[in-house]
Order: sequence, then structure tokens, then C-alpha cells
Amino acid sequence: MDEVKITVRDFDFYYGTNKVLHAISLDIPKNRVTALIGPSGCGKSTFLRSINRMNDIIPGIRVDGKILVDDVDVYGSGIDVVSLRRRVGMVFQKSNPFPKSIYENVAYGLRINGLRDKRKLDEAVSRSLDRAALLDEVKDRLNASALALSGGQQQRLCIARALAVDPDVLLMDEPASALDPIATQKIEELVFDLKKNYTIVIVTHNMQQAARVSDRTAFFMLGKLVEYDDTRTIFMNPSVKLTEDYITGRFG
Amino acid sequence: MPIIKTSEDRALRLGTGAFAVFVVLLVAGIGVVLTQQSVLSIRKFGLAFWTRSTWNPVSGEFGALPFIWGTLYSSLIALLIAAPIALGIAIFINEISPLKLRQPLSYLTELLAAIPSIVYGLWGIFVLVPIVRKLELLAPEWLKKVPLFTGPPLGVGMLSAGVILAVMVVPLTSSVAREILRGVPMTQREAALALGATRWEAIRIALGYGRTGIIGAVMLGLGRALGETMAVTMVIGNNPQVSTSLFAPQYTMAAVIANEFTEAADELYLHALIEIGLVLFLITIVVNALSRILTRRVVRA
Repeated sequence: MDEVKITVRDFDFYYGTNKVLHAISLDIPKNRVTALIGPSGCGKSTFLRSINRMNDIIPGIRVDGKILVDDVDVYGSGIDVVSLRRRVGMVFQKSNPFPKSIYENVAYGLRINGLRDKRKLDEAVSRSLDRAALLDEVKDRLNASALALSGGQQQRLCIARALAVDPDVLLMDEPASALDPIATQKIEELVFDLKKNYTIVIVTHNMQQAARVSDRTAFFMLGKLVEYDDTRTIFMNPSVKLTEDYITGRFG
Repeated sequence: MPIIKTSEDRALRLGTGAFAVFVVLLVAGIGVVLTQQSVLSIRKFGLAFWTRSTWNPVSGEFGALPFIWGTLYSSLIALLIAAPIALGIAIFINEISPLKLRQPLSYLTELLAAIPSIVYGLWGIFVLVPIVRKLELLAPEWLKKVPLFTGPPLGVGMLSAGVILAVMVVPLTSSVAREILRGVPMTQREAALALGATRWEAIRIALGYGRTGIIGAVMLGLGRALGETMAVTMVIGNNPQVSTSLFAPQYTMAAVIANEFTEAADELYLHALIEIGLVLFLITIVVNALSRILTRRVVRA
């Protein structure tokens, strides 16, 4: 078994009185891609956003149980959410670059961290763009507006922006769902590449995508974790009938 | 939806269209009438009317500069005071306050806008002016040498006018700024937070995203301040002079028209007052047009 990066134990999540996650327990391995699949409303995105506490901004939420990143409870007392999010980066479903230049988008996370040194910033920006496989396409126009990029490029820019603050974990919430097949393929190749250095958790609606990019797959339904196993096992030989029904497209 | 050309639909189109056209004609008509009615003054003084600073009805010498100055200066002071307060209110209501408080708070700030101008004026005379006078009396000698603070401590004057205008402008500016902030996609704030931004840094991202709209909100406030008449007339001191001092009693375009219109006995005097109305009309139209363009750009983006 691989080294465990994120440990989840009996995690419950409530919106007001509405319980949307029920006793989730799983171990997410380090430097692997873990896919979260399941029908709409199954709680997979809520779960993903619980890992870096992005749900905190929604009023009236409550959690129970534990999520440990590197053995530290992210909901424990004395946890600094700001520094947690610097270690656990996130890429969203819809690309959301700031209305700034390409350079400033990538540099943003470093600047709010207090980095002022122009040379270090330059270096970090081009390294992050390179890791996100975008550098060659934009290196001559770093000062152009990020909004002038294509959808796929914008999403890779958002990945570069997340990588710039040097997280260990990257959470991806359907990062390719709004992209065309070619842009999607680029993102998938990128995810595959990135797992050498990062622990990746990816939510996807696209089962082929889960099968292509992930090492482990968790199947969620109605707020419960139905099955969690190696991706190959989940897709070839699932042990729960519900998983098989979903994967073969009998519902969803 | 299929287009059905019944006579009813045609009547609807003509009817509503006529109302719309009527509003446009009304604005144009006001401009035309103001120009016609001020023709004597326009002929006599020409463009110099904008830059002359004498206002002497007895000798028939008229210039609009003290009034233009007073209007712009008092509005600028109002803006400097109101913009940060209005933005603070908008940020608090939209980004920080608990959901339950949002409605009542928005309602209360907008209630300020419903208070009649004359009531603000009375409050200005009985409460604000005495306070301002006390503050002016406290000013140390060295401070009175600064051009902003010269002159006797009268209480009535530019500072009181600026403050009262600020209070009147806050509701409009804060409610427009609130709408702009609400239009900023949540994903912008999330992007910042996910990078380890603090709450304030995420709010700054939202402000940056809506910055042209925020500027538009401030400009709308400016438009309101420029035309405000009653309350300002009651506290500004009504003395046509161009002074940088906040303590000095001055005058605004709207105030001089309100005060002197009924006493304008000869034609030229009347025409000069109406030309001031024309100048005010042009300045407010330009300011409002600019603010509309700016706010629309964000709402679309």
C-alpha cells in the first residue's frame, strides 16, 4: 500500500439540518490520482471542498468526524485555514482567472504570501507555467490579459496559478467538464504528469476520464461512499452491484 | 415566441414607444428651453461666462465661476467622505454580515435616501453647523495658515456643505456598489481563497473585478451631489467667492438659482441665472453618462 496523504474518518457534513455526507472514511494515497465519481448531487464535490475547507464560506454548515492531511486534522482547533489552503490547492470546474495579466494571475498567490523579489517571482511564474504545460504557448505574452486565452488555456493557467504556491495536494473539481475534447486531453495528460510531485484528488462526471487518469476511484451515491478501490478493480470487477450499475450506465 | 401582429400589439408598441420617445424629447426640450431663455446672457458674456467670477446684479455683471467652483468643490468633498463609507457599507452587507442582517441593513441605508432634503437642511443648521463651528474654533493657529483652513470660524461654509452632501450621497453609492459586488462571480473569491488569501484579500479581488462598476457607483453619487439644492443652500453660507478654504462660506449653482430666481428683476439677471441652470444641466448629464457607461460595462462582463 502507498503512503497515505489524506485520511478521512467518519466524516459527516450538514447544510443546516440537511445531512449530505454520511460517515465517509477513506485513505487517499500520496502522489497518486484519486478520482471521485457518482451521479449529480451525490456529495462528491462537497467532499472535495471539505478537504481544503472551501465550504467554510457557506453559512450554516456543520461537520463531524475527521479529515487528516499529513496526520493533522484540518477541522481541528488551532488550524490556520489560510495556510491549509496554501498546502491544499484547488482548481475549479469553470476556469476563473482574475481579470489581470497572465503573469499577475500566476504571481498572485506568491504576492499575497509576501514575495516581492522580482527575480524570484519571474522564476516561479515561468516554472509554474511550465509545469502546467502552458509556458510555450504564452511565454511571449505574459503581460497580455488572461481573459484573452482560450478556455483550455485558461484552465491550465488556473492550474499554474494553483501550483505557484507550491501545494502538496491538488483538488480538482471537474476541471475539464467545460472544455472541448482536445483541451480535455491536454488537461488529462497534465494530471497524469503532475502526480509525480502532487497528490491529486479529482471529481469527474466522465467515467472514461476517471478510468484514464486515476489510480484509485471512489464511488459516491446519495452522500455515502459506496465503494473505494483501485481504479482497475472498480471498472473491471467492482464488488458492489450499485457500482457496476453506475459504471455500465444503467443509471446516472 | 412567435410574433403575432394584431392591432392590439401594434397599439402596445406605439403606445409604449411614444412614452419612451417622450422622455428623450423631454430631456432635449429642457436643454433647448434653457438655452433659449438664457440667450441674452450667452450673447453678452459668451464662453467667458464660465470663467468670470463677478456676480453683481446691480451693475449687470455676471459670471458663473464661483458657483461652478462651489458645486464641484462641495461635491468633491462629499465624494471623499462618502466613497469610503459607502464602500465599507457595501462590503459589510455583501461579504461579511450574517445573512439575516443583510435585508434589514440594506433597507436601513436606503431609508436615509428617503429623508427629504429640507429635513437634512434643518438638521444641518441645528446640529451639524454648530459642531463644525466648534471644530473650527479648536483649529490651532498654525493650521489656519494652510489654505484649506483659513478664515473666521462661521460654521456655515464649504465643510458643512460637504459633510451634509456626503450623508445624502452614501445610500445611493452604497446600494449601487452592493449590486456591483453581488454581480462579481463567487468563483473569483473562491479562486483567491483557494490560493490562501485572507478574507480581506479575497474581497480585494472582488473589488478589483468590479472596479469600473464601483467607480460608476461613486460617479452616480457625484451626480446626486452636484444637483442637490436645499440642504446645501441652508448650510453653505451663500457667498459667491472662489476660495480653497473649507471654512469659507461659498455658493453652488443650484443654491444661487433657488435663492435668487424670484428676485431677478431684469432680463439679463434672469437669463444669467438660467444659463447657470444650463451649465449645471450639462455637467450633470456628462457625469451621469460617464457613470452609466462604467456601471454597465461591469454588469455585462
